[in-house]
Order: sequence, then C-alpha cells, then structure tokens
Amino acid sequence: MRIGVLALQGAVTEHIVSIEKTGAEGLPIKRVEQLEELDGLIIPGGESTAIGKLMRKYGFIEAIRDFSGQGKPIFGTCAGMIVLAKRIAGGEDSHLGLMDITVARNAFGRQRESFECDLDVKGISEPVRAVFIRAPLISEVGPEVDVLTVYNNEIVTARQDNLLVSSFHPELTDDYRLHQYFADMVKAKAAATQ
Amino acid sequence: MQKGGVIMDVMNAEQAKIAEAAGAVAVMALERVPSDIRAAGGVARMADPTIVEEVLKVVSIPVMAKARIGHYVEAKVLESLGVDYLDESEVLTPADEVFHIDKREFTVPFVCGAKDLGEALRRINEGASMIRTKGEPGTGNIVEAVRHMRYINSQIRKVTGLSKDELYHEAKTLGVPYELLLEVHELGKLPVVNFAAGGVATPADAALMMHLGADGVFVGSGIFKSDNPEKFARAIVEATTHFTDYRLIAEVSKNLGTPMKGIDIATLTPAERMSERGR
Repeated sequence: MRIGVLALQGAVTEHIVSIEKTGAEGLPIKRVEQLEELDGLIIPGGESTAIGKLMRKYGFIEAIRDFSGQGKPIFGTCAGMIVLAKRIAGGEDSHLGLMDITVARNAFGRQRESFECDLDVKGISEPVRAVFIRAPLISEVGPEVDVLTVYNNEIVTARQDNLLVSSFHPELTDDYRLHQYFADMVKAKAAATQ
Repeated sequence: MQKGGVIMDVMNAEQAKIAEAAGAVAVMALERVPSDIRAAGGVARMADPTIVEEVLKVVSIPVMAKARIGHYVEAKVLESLGVDYLDESEVLTPADEVFHIDKREFTVPFVCGAKDLGEALRRINEGASMIRTKGEPGTGNIVEAVRHMRYINSQIRKVTGLSKDELYHEAKTLGVPYELLLEVHELGKLPVVNFAAGGVATPADAALMMHLGADGVFVGSGIFKSDNPEKFARAIVEATTHFTDYRLIAEVSKNLGTPMKGIDIATLTPAERMSERGR
C-alpha cells in the first residue's frame, strides 16, 4: 500500500515517518505523474497560500480532483484541510474545493496562541494528542460531512467519504492513531477496488 | 509549521503582499535589508513598530521580526505586537557581546543564526526553536552559508559516530549540554529545523542550499534589490521546492534581470563580518 505526501512545502518528512509506522509505504510527491502509483494522499501542514499557488502552477488542482474522483482517500492536515475545503471564510478563493466545509484560517490566533491538548476523535477509542499551530477550524459543514471532533464548540476533525481533515498536526507527535485511521481508509478502498 | 519553502525580507506592506502572492511561507519585516544596513553603517536596531504592524495587517502568512542579540526588551516589544517568530539576529548591531536572550521566557518562538554545531546547540539550549546558517548577510555571496551548512552537517556526522563516553568530552569541547548532544547523536540531525540564510542571491543558490540539506531558505536583500522582485520571488520559491529539477531551475532563471552585485567576502574586514557576531 503506497501513500504519498504532497511535497511542495510543509511537514513532509514528519508525515512520511508517521505513515510508515502504520506499515504503509510513504512517498514524497512533487509531480502529478506520481499520483498514478498511489493508493492514498496526504496534504501536509504548511502555508496554504504557498501550497495552493504551487499546486496551481504544476497542475495538481485537476490531478488531485481526478484522484479524489476515483474514490482514493485524501488526508489534509492544517493547511491541507484549507486546501481541500470548498469554502474559505473571508472570501478567499478555494483551492481544490473538494470537501463540503467552510474553514476559517488562523482561527485560533497567531503563533503565540499555538497550543497542545488531548482530543476525543470519533472512531478512535482513547483521546488523541493534538498540536495546534496557527490552526484553522471548520465553521460550517454540509450534510455529507461526518464531524469527528468538536473542541470548545469548534469542529477540528471531520470526514466526508474518502476525505479526512484535521485542524491540528498529528505528524508532530508520537501518536500515530489518526494516521492509522487514514491508512485503514486507504486499505478499505484498495480492497474494495480489487 | 515552518518547514520547507522561502522566507523573504520585506520593508513595507506592499513588498509583504508581493512576497505572499509569490508563495513565501513567511516574511521578515525589516526597516532596512542587510545590504542597506551594510551601506548605511552605524547602529542597526529593531524595525519601527509601525512597519511591523503594517505588515502584520496585510498578510495571512507568519510574520517574523529581528531583535538585536541580547536585547531582551526589543524582543518583548516585538512579541507584544503579535509577531509570529523572533529572529535574534547578527544582522543588527549586537546589544550584548556576551549573553544572548533567555528565549525560554517567551511564548513566541525564536530563530537564531549559527555557523557551527556548538553555536546551534547553545541557541537551542537558550530556547531557540529554529536555526539558520549565519552566512554573510547582505553580500549576495553564498560562500559563507555553504561553509556553515557543510560544517554543521559534518559535525553532526561526527557526533553520530561517537560512542556515548566520547560524547561527554565532545560536549565539553563544543561548549554545549551533554543531553542536547546526545539527542543529536541519536537523531543524526539537529532537534529543530535548520534553514539556510545569508547570501542567497539566485534561484540556483536557494536550490544549492536545499541540496546541502537545508530545511528551507531565507532570502534577504536578493529579492527586493533585484530588477523584477515579483518574478524573482516566484523563481526562488519554485527552485526551492524543486531543487533537484535542474531543467525547471533553468526555466525559472531565464531573464531575471541583474541580480545583486554582491561582495567578495575576502574584502570584508573582520569588523564588517556579521557572522562573527554572537557565539
């Protein structure tokens, strides 16, 4: 099972280390052709303006929409969640526009307001360690979206079919259960296709 | 999350917007870029808070600002403005020739310059959460940044190969805590990200630093001292992401206009070398 990490900018190696802990093979993805060999894709945290700009430049917008159209799972963390959203609060243009959510950028404040906490995630038995850095949140969800975590009345983890998103950075901790959750999504999809 | 990408020096809101649109992952708000600081001489201090506030208002990416080495109050002032990262920087005239800021007293993260493993680990011990090579800022000459990146990496390789008992002696020689050195020994890298800075003037320079193992690149005077800052900024961003795609680097390097003229480091007196500041 091969899971790629979009390697245009951001926490790429951390995600590769985390996903390999689940037994999957992790690969950095810099070119659209590489998507063909993947069963799942992670879009990492970083700066959504920089990642979005480079995705447009290299044709990743259409290619990842196709990838998602085949039902292949995609996991967006922090900036990756912003990139997947259909709507960005404040009128900024969306990037991939795949998931029926509205996100608010830097919703928890600036760098100095960054924090860590333990969160309950639906489908995972014990609380998950979460690192929030200038994190976005989900302000609205469509009817197809399953909310997995609510923190202080804000939605910070959600799933819609093959798409999984988190406001926080699961790749910065030694807690690999959210990556395992995603790897299980990928495995289920790969098994259903064969 | 600061990992990968290009951090650009800007002197006003308009430049900050250009940098963000070009794909910068953060901007460094300054009153003068290093090459102007060199030209102007005199004492270089933190930027006027007006400039910092102006930049904070117009961009959604993180904003960094520089405080003088050892200048606790400049750092506190900048933190109070809401900057996302502080750079305790040798580009400004040091306020303290012996002590650096106790960075653990701040909630905002710090980036600090280093030219060898000892400096890097001392800054990390003081609380820095990001390291960059010092290079030689404002020269447009990559030679010092290359020297510092190579030296730090070769020192890390050496530490990785030492036995545990040899680490005690190495910690003493480097002037760093044993626990931090042990962490480097086990990780085979610094415990924080290490960016390249100081002399990056072209897309190929940025790609060279990535090739040498940098986690990302700071570009100071290079961008807004070039003929076409927008194009130049985009080119450096692309070359940093695709640092092994030489055809792409060739493409983005076309017709960029004249880069910074640059300075031969050998013509600088020791007093003119910013990298000698802070140890």
